[in-house]
Amino acid sequence: MLIEGTGFALSIVVYLYLMSLAPSWPLNAAPPDLLAGTSLTALLVASLVPNLFLARWARNQNLLKVRVGLIVMSLLGIAPLILRAFEFPAMHIKWDQNAYGSIVWVMLGLHTTHILTDLIETLVLTCLMFSRHGDNGRRFGDVSDNAMYWNFVVVTWLPMYACLYWVPRL
Amino acid sequence: MTREDDSELRDTALEATELDRRLTATWATPPGLWGALSTVDHKIIGRRYITTAVVFLALGGLLSLLMRLQLAQPEARFIGPDRYNQIFSIHGTNMMFLFAVPVMQAMAVYLVPLMVGTRSIAFPRLNAFSYWMYLAGGLLLWIAFMLDAGPDVGWFAYVPLSGPEYAAGKRADIWAQMITFTEVSALAVAVEIVVTVFKQRAPGMSLDRIPLFVWSMLVTSFLVILAMPAIMIASTALILDRLVETHFFNPAEGGDVLLWQHLFWFFGHPEVYIIFLPAVGMVSTIVATFTRRPVFGYLGMVMALISTGVLALGLWVHHMFVAGLPRLGESFFTASSMAIAIPAGLQIFCWLATIWAGRPIFKTPFLFVIGFMVIFVIGGLTGVMVASVPFDTQVHDTYFVVAHFHYVLVGGAVFPLLGAIYYWFPKFTGRMMSETLGRWVFGLIFAGFNLTFFPMHILGLRGMPRRIYTYQPEMPWSGLNMLISLSAIILAVGFLLFFIDAIRSGRSGAPAPSNPWGASTLEWATSSPPPPYNFARTPVVGSLEPLSDNPDMLPVAAGLRVDCRELLVTSVVEAIPEAREPSSGDSIWPLWAALATTATLIWSIFTPWAVVWGSIPVAIALIGWFWPKGTSEDDS
Repeated sequence: MLIEGTGFALSIVVYLYLMSLAPSWPLNAAPPDLLAGTSLTALLVASLVPNLFLARWARNQNLLKVRVGLIVMSLLGIAPLILRAFEFPAMHIKWDQNAYGSIVWVMLGLHTTHILTDLIETLVLTCLMFSRHGDNGRRFGDVSDNAMYWNFVVVTWLPMYACLYWVPRL
Repeated sequence: MTREDDSELRDTALEATELDRRLTATWATPPGLWGALSTVDHKIIGRRYITTAVVFLALGGLLSLLMRLQLAQPEARFIGPDRYNQIFSIHGTNMMFLFAVPVMQAMAVYLVPLMVGTRSIAFPRLNAFSYWMYLAGGLLLWIAFMLDAGPDVGWFAYVPLSGPEYAAGKRADIWAQMITFTEVSALAVAVEIVVTVFKQRAPGMSLDRIPLFVWSMLVTSFLVILAMPAIMIASTALILDRLVETHFFNPAEGGDVLLWQHLFWFFGHPEVYIIFLPAVGMVSTIVATFTRRPVFGYLGMVMALISTGVLALGLWVHHMFVAGLPRLGESFFTASSMAIAIPAGLQIFCWLATIWAGRPIFKTPFLFVIGFMVIFVIGGLTGVMVASVPFDTQVHDTYFVVAHFHYVLVGGAVFPLLGAIYYWFPKFTGRMMSETLGRWVFGLIFAGFNLTFFPMHILGLRGMPRRIYTYQPEMPWSGLNMLISLSAIILAVGFLLFFIDAIRSGRSGAPAPSNPWGASTLEWATSSPPPPYNFARTPVVGSLEPLSDNPDMLPVAAGLRVDCRELLVTSVVEAIPEAREPSSGDSIWPLWAALATTATLIWSIFTPWAVVWGSIPVAIALIGWFWPKGTSEDDS
């Protein structure tokens, strides 16, 4: 997570660096529409609540509740991807139009990859917890690691959201 | 530790021979090809890593001989400009990404678990995966070179030269994707080392009892973790610019070419310390052993390692002094570049004090350490010179800089590495290398190196630029160039002799006892080479030099299972035992995962859709990797 955190931080640095060179920002585009990004942010923050419950259930090794929690978190992994699909057009620019478009798409893409990776991991763990391998201390450990990773995905989004949506409005 | 369980067989119940038999059955790699491909033994993988890196060293050395052949005379016609561009680019890329960084990490993969007294490295399957990724990245670069598609844009691939406008074809993409391979493997190893050092140290090995080599690898691993994401972002942005027309480095559309230099050197300068710090750890280890006393100023040495690591992240701009940056920025980076000489100097003085106060024994490993000190100090002095902006402006892109960084890198890393190989070869193979040949190897390499690279300082001051494939006879350079090329032969003979010695000793050298040098760190407490399980019983450490306190007896901890792979987890600061933790068994999945990743990465040089379709086999391989197989390691 330190590795990816450095990666996210660097992408923000690149964004600010390009902004410092540009005569106007955003370059030849309107600031992004707020609706999709803001609802996604709200959804991600809200998803922390069931996620923290899931982590607690995994610590207590409560199989039934962990199964339910994993299904909820799988759904909460899919929903942001749908909202994300509306975020790209809300930027009013494509990646190949100028450097602003390039960095915006890369930042969104980078974060989307993380949602996607965590979603796949959650789905695999859900299957695992319904299999005969589920009721086991190590699996519960995997579930709490996965919950921790989701916290990371949500928390890293907050500075990126501020950067993508509010910095152009300054 | 004390919990009793009848169904689990523990080591407390067994005699030495029976314990060895059962532990071998649990930990050994099965014979045959399948066993070799699926092993996760850190010693086997470490040996493979070292051997592969040394092969790349030899290949990179051959390229430098080709360059010296071409430059020996003015207007020579052996190699054309296009081929020459590929040769120097691949020489640099190969030496940095396929030799220097991997070989240092490889030594750590083998040695760190032994030096901290544990049975295996943390995340052993990730370790196997990292080796396959590294091998694939190396093959990509060299096969591309064989097909005349080798990168020709320098080892740092500056834009716009490497951008879509000036670098047609796939050469620059191969460079950028090779970066991805080596960075993935380097990051993986860094994570393993950090976790091994923090959580798997032998009971009693508190932070102030960690061997200096292990400290140096810990700091190095953090540098890898903090610096390498920058180059991955940079090379990804370069590939995107080239493949899907983004504009990160295109000034016409709001991009910036200096952005590349910032990102590259934010990684590139720490890279030097990623190579140098492990060497520092090797030097400390060898100095302590061959002077028969602990290194003077342990705490100062550790602080010097950490402060070098911190400063290393704040000097990158000194590679860009001629790029026209604000004056204040240049002054700041001049100051920080000079400041890093302080911890380096401190370490040199600590070693000198150790040698002064000890009883030095001049065996081959120690000779290389002496050679290191001489050469590295010269490289450090020219380093302080080029840290000054006006001087740097004069010698930038000349052979003076070539001389400087070869003094720093070969002196600072290759000499300690060769010493370290002579030192740990008995542990790796169970056989000694030849002392007579070793002295010849040292003499030839030391003389050959200085004769080859010292004159380059003068060439640089006489204005010979780097990266030119030939020069005119009117230039005052031909005599020195001929001298350098002839001296390079001496250097090459030295290396050839080293390879001969290593191969011959590996086959038929004198058998090595478990502690041939009378050293004091834990890797010498087990047989040479170590058994698959490293230590029959976990050692307990009471000082910085566990083997010196009482050479005949080492206290041990017991209570680990012998019927499945299990190791002891200890606390970060005091190394107090916390739990028994299973360690993953052999698996073929890391290889499948590496093959799927390789296919995806190479395919993505040609189309962005490769990332979409390629992620499917990668995901399948990763799921196969992590899906429990019902073994006791998976379930306990």
